Amino acid sequence: MLETNNITKKYLTKVAVDDISMKLEKGHIYAILGPNGSGKTTWMKMVAGLVKPTTGLIKIDGKDIGVDTRNEIAYMPTEPFMYEWMTIKDIGKYYQDFFKDFSMERYENLITDMDLNMTLKLKTLSSGMMAKLKIAATMARQAKVYLLDEPLNGIDLLARDQVMKAIVTYADEDNTLVISSHLVEELEMVADTAVFFSKAKLVGFYDLDNMRMEEGISVADKYREIYGKMSKEA
Amino acid sequence: MNFNSNAPIYLQVVDAIKLDIINGRLKAGDKLPSGRDLAVKYTINPNTAARVYQELERQEICFTKRGMGTFVTEDQVRIKLCKSQMAEETLTSFLLSLNDLGITKEEAIEMINEANDICIV
Repeated sequence: MLETNNITKKYLTKVAVDDISMKLEKGHIYAILGPNGSGKTTWMKMVAGLVKPTTGLIKIDGKDIGVDTRNEIAYMPTEPFMYEWMTIKDIGKYYQDFFKDFSMERYENLITDMDLNMTLKLKTLSSGMMAKLKIAATMARQAKVYLLDEPLNGIDLLARDQVMKAIVTYADEDNTLVISSHLVEELEMVADTAVFFSKAKLVGFYDLDNMRMEEGISVADKYREIYGKMSKEA
Repeated sequence: MNFNSNAPIYLQVVDAIKLDIINGRLKAGDKLPSGRDLAVKYTINPNTAARVYQELERQEICFTKRGMGTFVTEDQVRIKLCKSQMAEETLTSFLLSLNDLGITKEEAIEMINEANDICIV
C-alpha cells in the first residue's frame, strides 16, 4: 500500500502540492486527473523519491520513501530522458544495469507487441514510437508501484491503444498503477479509481464502478462537474 | 469494442460475451480467455475482467473448473433463457423510447412491419 500523509511541497512562494493525503491499494489502477499545474507531476516525483516534500510523510508498505524504495517504484516521467544515439536494445541493457527488477524477456515481449524493433536508433523514432519505448522500459520492471506521467501525450490513436494494452497486460493484484493524463476518456475503461487534483489540492476520489452505478455518469462528466464549476466560480 | 462510459463496464462486457454465446461465436463448453487475456482483449481493468466472470458465473452462463479456467455452460436451456431475457430487455428499452416519442404499441407494430419490408430483400 502506498500512503501519502499530509504532503506539501513549496517552491519559494509557490505551493505545488498542498496537504495531500491518500491511500492507494494494491491491485488497483488509479487515474490522476486535473488541469496543468494542479500538482500531479510534483506528487509523482515525491512518491518516486526524486523530490522531497516540504512537510508530510510518504510510505510504501509501511516504509518511508527514500533511495531504497526507488527499487520498488517504477516512475515514467513525461519529459524524454534517454540518449538519442542509443538503440532500443541499448535502452534495455541500460535499464537492466540500473534496476534489479528489470526483466529483459518482458522488455522484448513488450517491444514486439508494440511493433517496435530492437535495432532501431532512438533518433529515428517518431513521438508515438518513443512513447511506446518509454512504456516498454517502465513496464518491463517488476515493481510494486508504477507511476506513469502522461503516457498518452502527443501520440496517435493506434499508439495509444498499444500503450494502454501494455499497461493492462502487466497490472495485477500485487501492484499499484497510477496514471496521469489529460485524456480523460482514454483512462475511462482502464482505471478503477479516479483522483482529481486542482490547484495543488486533492478535490475528489471516486470508485468508478460505484460512480457509474449510483450517479450514472462517466469520468468525463465528473471532470466537467468538478472543473466546470470551479471555472465559473473563478 | 465501444463502451458506454456512463454505465458499469463489467455489465457491458458480460452482455458482449452473452451475445457471442447466443450467436454461436462461442459454443457450449468452450473455454473462455483467462482474466488477464480478457482484460487485454477489451483493454479493461483486470479487476473488471474478474468481475465479468463472477457475474457470468452468478448467472450460470459460465462455470469455472479449478486450475483449468472458465467455460461456457453446456446447458442449452440456460442459453435459450439468456436469449429471451436479452430480447426482453431490448424490447422494453425500445418500447420506452417509442413511448417517449408518443408512439403507441399499435403504431410501433405497423412501423416494424413496414421496416421489415425494406430490410428483407
